Amino acid sequence: MNSNVASSSGGGGVDGSSPPRRNSKRPKYSRFTQQELPACKPILTPKWVISAFMLVSFVFIPIGVASLLASRDVVEIVDRYETVCIPEDKRADKLNYIQSTENKTCSRTLIVPKRMKQPIYVYYQLDNFYQNHRRYVKSRSDEQLRDSKNENDTSACDPEDDSNGLPVVPCGLIAWSLFNDTYSFSRNNQNLTVNKKGISWKSDREHKFGNDVYPKNFQNGTLRGGALLNTTQPLSEQEDLIVWMRTAALPTFRKLYGKIEVDLEANETIQVTLQNNYNTYSFDGKKKLVLSTTSWLGGKNDFLGIAYLTIGGLCFFLSMAFTVVYLVKPRRLGDPSYLSWNINPAGH
Amino acid sequence: MSETDRISGKLRWSKLYTFSCLRPNVLETDGLHSLQGPGFSRVVYCNQPRVHRKKPLKYPSNYISTTKYNIITFLPKAIFEQFRRVANLYFLMAAILSLTPVAPFSAVSMIAPLAFVVGLSMAKEALEDWRRFMQDMKVNSRKVSIHKGDGTFGYKPWQKIRVGDVVKVEKDQFFPADLLLLSSSYDDGICYVETMNLDGETNLKVKRSLEVTLPLDGDVAFKDFTGKIRCEDPNPNLYTFVGNLEYDRQVYALDTNQILLRDSKLRNTAYVYGVVIFTGHDSKVMQNSTKSPSKRSTIERKMDYIIYFLFTLLVLISLISSIGFAVKTKFEMPEWWYLQPQNTTDLYDPTRPGLSGIFHLVTALILYGYLIPISLYVSIEVVKVLQATFINQDLHMYDEETGNPAQARTSNLNEELGQVDTILSDKTGTLTCNQMDFLKCSIAGVSYGVGSSEVEIAAKKQMAFDLSGHNSEIYSASMQNSRAQDSLENSGSDFGKSEIELETVITSKDEKYQKPMIKGFSFVDRRLMDGNWLKDPNVDAILLFFRILALCHTAIPEPNEETGSFNYEAESPDEGAFLVAAREFGFEFCGRTQTKVFIRERYPSSGHPVEREFKILSLLDFSSKRKRMSVIVQDEGGQILLLCKGADSIIFDRLSKNGRMHEESTSRHLNEYAEAGLRTLAFAYRKLEESEYSVWNSEFIKAKTTIGPDREAMLEHVSDMIEKDLILVGATAVEDKLQKGVPQCIDKLAQAGLKIWVLTGDKMETAINIGFSCSLLRQGMKQICITTVNTDLLAQDAKKAVKENVLMQLTNASQMINLEKDPHAAFALVIDGKTLSYALEEDMKHQFLSLAVNCASVICCRVSPKQKAMVTRLVKEGSGKTTLAIGDGANDVGMIQEADIGVGISGVEGMQAVMASDFSIAQFRFLERLLVVHGHWCYKRIAQMICYFFYKNIVFGLTLFYFEAYTGFSGQSVYDDWFMLLFNVILTSLPVISLGVFEQDVSSEVCLQFPALYQQGQRNMFFDWYRIFGWMANGLYSSLIIFFFNLNIFYDQAFRSEGQTADMAAVGATMFTCIIWAVNFQIAFTMSHFTWIQHLFVWGSICTWYIFLLLYGMSSPIISRNAFQILVEALAPAPIYWLVTLLVTIACNVPYLAYLSFQRSFNPMDHHIIQEIKYYKKDVEDQHMWKRECSKARQETKIGFTARVDAKIRQLRGKLQKKYPSLGVQNVIPPS
Repeated sequence: MNSNVASSSGGGGVDGSSPPRRNSKRPKYSRFTQQELPACKPILTPKWVISAFMLVSFVFIPIGVASLLASRDVVEIVDRYETVCIPEDKRADKLNYIQSTENKTCSRTLIVPKRMKQPIYVYYQLDNFYQNHRRYVKSRSDEQLRDSKNENDTSACDPEDDSNGLPVVPCGLIAWSLFNDTYSFSRNNQNLTVNKKGISWKSDREHKFGNDVYPKNFQNGTLRGGALLNTTQPLSEQEDLIVWMRTAALPTFRKLYGKIEVDLEANETIQVTLQNNYNTYSFDGKKKLVLSTTSWLGGKNDFLGIAYLTIGGLCFFLSMAFTVVYLVKPRRLGDPSYLSWNINPAGH
Repeated sequence: MSETDRISGKLRWSKLYTFSCLRPNVLETDGLHSLQGPGFSRVVYCNQPRVHRKKPLKYPSNYISTTKYNIITFLPKAIFEQFRRVANLYFLMAAILSLTPVAPFSAVSMIAPLAFVVGLSMAKEALEDWRRFMQDMKVNSRKVSIHKGDGTFGYKPWQKIRVGDVVKVEKDQFFPADLLLLSSSYDDGICYVETMNLDGETNLKVKRSLEVTLPLDGDVAFKDFTGKIRCEDPNPNLYTFVGNLEYDRQVYALDTNQILLRDSKLRNTAYVYGVVIFTGHDSKVMQNSTKSPSKRSTIERKMDYIIYFLFTLLVLISLISSIGFAVKTKFEMPEWWYLQPQNTTDLYDPTRPGLSGIFHLVTALILYGYLIPISLYVSIEVVKVLQATFINQDLHMYDEETGNPAQARTSNLNEELGQVDTILSDKTGTLTCNQMDFLKCSIAGVSYGVGSSEVEIAAKKQMAFDLSGHNSEIYSASMQNSRAQDSLENSGSDFGKSEIELETVITSKDEKYQKPMIKGFSFVDRRLMDGNWLKDPNVDAILLFFRILALCHTAIPEPNEETGSFNYEAESPDEGAFLVAAREFGFEFCGRTQTKVFIRERYPSSGHPVEREFKILSLLDFSSKRKRMSVIVQDEGGQILLLCKGADSIIFDRLSKNGRMHEESTSRHLNEYAEAGLRTLAFAYRKLEESEYSVWNSEFIKAKTTIGPDREAMLEHVSDMIEKDLILVGATAVEDKLQKGVPQCIDKLAQAGLKIWVLTGDKMETAINIGFSCSLLRQGMKQICITTVNTDLLAQDAKKAVKENVLMQLTNASQMINLEKDPHAAFALVIDGKTLSYALEEDMKHQFLSLAVNCASVICCRVSPKQKAMVTRLVKEGSGKTTLAIGDGANDVGMIQEADIGVGISGVEGMQAVMASDFSIAQFRFLERLLVVHGHWCYKRIAQMICYFFYKNIVFGLTLFYFEAYTGFSGQSVYDDWFMLLFNVILTSLPVISLGVFEQDVSSEVCLQFPALYQQGQRNMFFDWYRIFGWMANGLYSSLIIFFFNLNIFYDQAFRSEGQTADMAAVGATMFTCIIWAVNFQIAFTMSHFTWIQHLFVWGSICTWYIFLLLYGMSSPIISRNAFQILVEALAPAPIYWLVTLLVTIACNVPYLAYLSFQRSFNPMDHHIIQEIKYYKKDVEDQHMWKRECSKARQETKIGFTARVDAKIRQLRGKLQKKYPSLGVQNVIPPS
């Protein structure tokens, strides 16, 4: 195409001697260049409009119902404990309490409202915690996490990059502020095992966190952040860290703590012994322990179902409205009397 | 040049040009100019080019360059040009800042798109400049013969010519520079020059050398020639020249008569010698050429406002963000121990929130930059180049005869073609071919010539069609009246029949016209052809008529070796047509000497031709004031005849009593001819006695040799004495051939609601004639002629008086229009250049414009190129509408550059108009397709494309903003850098480009059939603020849906049955998926024309996103970071991911779909209805309805055939009503 543009600019009357017929400049015929390619030209006829809206509502309403049912099937126990786990006399100055070294063991009792089929997922939920803050998100080094050779690669980890001149592994604010409350569960004085394996993405374990990378100089600076890491375990096996390092999108988030792989019956009592170590008190963050089953859609959230029902209902309403409109005030398609010059002969 | 040619050329040419070329034999010493002071510093040493090699006499070389850049300046200049665009500058700043830690994204994701966008635009600039360069090179390397010293001449390229060189220019060559004429092949030193390229005038102009340089008429004569010219400095004034020539120790005054200007052409002269005075950019034509202004379309200007609006929005949300950030940082961040607030940098310092806020403002400005679509400009540029390619490639705009396709020379005005309101057209070469055809004549009161002019043919055709159409309208309106219905039905079928008959007659005639391919002769009448005239009763008159045709002219014959007959070099094309006609009638003009004319007369009876010679005794030539020319000849028998031709009014005044025999019938014929749009002349003769002639001749010679200002008046007086008591012989009708399809095209354009103004350098009569023939004027139209009266008062008073007079005429005319009651009355304004110069003055121009706007057609005649440009500017600025100027000659350049769109006719004339134009087409008639099809399409495409562009970027940009509120306004984006990089560049660019390139609301045939669709562009219905803000609101809505649906669905719970919760990467990728689906669905709803390309691009873009996500996830985690294996591992197995995509895509598009359906069912636009008609093939089933709608879709016009036909139909209706009074008044529908 371009060659033609270039060649056609010259010529003309400058050399009047050349013969009049120069077919070299004649554009080649093709349906493409003549803009005559076969095309489908769909138009929105009433039939199409009504059936499109109808179709949407017929698809959406069942999906909405199914989603709602799935969400309702999920059994969820939520226990907020950040205040109740502080002895009543210390509640005036929670921050001081949490920063002190005294024993922070706390007991909670949960009652299972409905039968919960295994696996039951254990989550901790934090609130008002900006894991998505730019300073926080950027403060990590994927290179270092992946390979022990890159342990000095801490440039992105400011301000938690080195400790007394030695590189911190894993570096950065995210790792440094690792959540460190722990939970153990018992039912009728019988321990419920919490399986902490397989709570992170497989790809993370296998490709992003190296199996030869061991924690070094972690949390030995002047400032103590969150949890300590087992220096004898490679990072790829420290799943709590791997889960934590997947930063959440919102300031309210849940993270997987473990799985309980036995069924819990309705009205059973679960004793939780938790170590309330993590400081959310300085920024008034809530802490919750969540036990939840899942459905095919995941956890408990009615929004998807409601949204589907709303949109489906709206489309149903629209299709009805258009049906009524077309019945009451039909317009023959392609009726030339609607052309502007027929409606408004003086207008142009 | 052979020796014989030279001899034949050595004719004392001045004999023929009795008036203008008489040279008083006295040296005008008082004409010498004292050339001192500023403005007159140029010194040229003739034939000593060496002197001009060094300063101060070193003048620019003859190399011309019209390029914008050269190799060195290209980079800095082009980059500067690019960053003059506000948006690009903003992105440059963003790219620079992205290298600092302030940036929310990686540097490469900011720099790469910018480099791509700017690089592409610069490549386009470079390509365009390269083309200009090649064009210049072509001109620069033309060859001319130049004196190399020692009396030898050799060819050199134009660019090598230096001031002071002596050059020899041969016949039909262009002058390479401004020259001083020294001598020519004629021994009185005259030459003929065609200045078409300079002022558009087609007649030849005579230049003559100084007498003193006449002996320099051979190559050898220049061996020792020297001289010195002092003259004015380079200036753009084409019609003045002041200078002296020092030659042989004498000083001679030079004036514009001796100056040959660059780019004019030597005609009818074998060769001339000249000295170069001004070269290259110093030459007058180059001084005249202004840099072509860069034009921008209305849409693009409006787009700037949208960009400003978005910038404001951007700054606003950035301010909100950074204030939010500062507040959060100051009050909350100290408590966020996990950010180590005590160890921060300036970017997040809670102790100095103000400073951090300012840093954050920069971050936010970059982050929300997605509101301003970086790829908008480049996409528009790509789209426009492709649209331009389609214009270039359109076979319907390719002219087989000249081999020129249409060409979009600048691609940035495509959409402007869809919004044109007023067309300003040149006449000669644009509307007409400037080729005369002898068509009819009237001899002794009998009209000959049965052929009809093109105008008549086209008018008949149109009328036949329209009558049937309009008739059916009456028919349908009178259904209730059965009696009338019957009778009308009959008449309807009659019309139908007559239509068919007419059509067949016309087509057969068309075929017949193909046969006689004699240029300039379309006469068909057996009574005169092939010697049949000898049997005519008026044989004497006819013989005389033919002799006048063959004798009364100033042309010279040139033997044509191919055909054995002669070609004629005539001063005007009319004369050429007469001579061709005479030849065809058997009176071939075959030779001319200084005193004799030879005619070869052929009679069928005798078999071989008889050569007769006529002695030319005197020649009284043509001037626009006299409007006639005469020759006095003596035939072989010694009889002296005065043969005269001229404008009918002039001739009729000078008839003798017994010469008025045929006056009545002849004048009736003349009126008929004029109505058919033909140019007419009347022929007369007078017998002179020998004695009478000799008395008169002595007077004439006395007058000729008079010196001084009285000479003209005396000559006129003397001529008047002899040109009287004439006997009328007949009249001729010559067709100034309109270019093919011009009347139809004008008609269609008028129906599309366009106004057409004709600006011509021609005489008023000619202009009016052409006005008639292209139906810009018609009988029954009220013509308002505004002219100046000649006043003999003192100069200052005269000007004032004239001005008042013009003002009075303007006000009177306006009043007349205002008082007009008849809705069908049409007015035409005809104004001449001199008057225009007053009307264009500051205090009067608005009155002039308002008058002109109220007139159906406007014709400006005798206008200079500058006035053309001024009129264009007046229309453009005064009415605020889009103007289009079309022309073919260099005299149209100003107008072409001044108008919003300039169109050049790439015909046979020079390239100046084309070079200055934005579009070039080979024929005027292609304008219809260019505007109505391509203009309409391009306008809609670009308008929809820009709206969509803003929509998609608002959708994307705002989701970034909403997310900020959830991250403490920290400047973190939820999407991966790569997603954002690809969003504009790859994932959403191709569908929108395909919308901009391939969208067709209706097919090209429909565009042509329904000119009313063009008005959608004129009224700017697709890019008004309602529409723009509608799209923005749609964008806002979609962004809200996308963001908040995703946020609530991925709130805190597990999103998969395996219990994992969604992290930022998963939410971001899902949200991005939703955006890709939603915006691509949106564009699919916007399009109404899907070829495989659109399907590929729209659905391909969605697929590309998944493919990208897959491949990105498979790359090393160091590159993909949190997006590592995200699709395969996290998203694809989760049903919620797909459900969200479906939900959000539909939810985003439901309102638009509902709006579309609502609009289509209640307030359908014209193209919707037509689409439906086409969809249900109703046009095939009900052709009658289709045809009726086609004809109703026209704008009611007061010009063009349609208007003529309408007037006829009104007459017809009146008659019908009288015939069937029962029809009643209510049935008489005004035609639309």
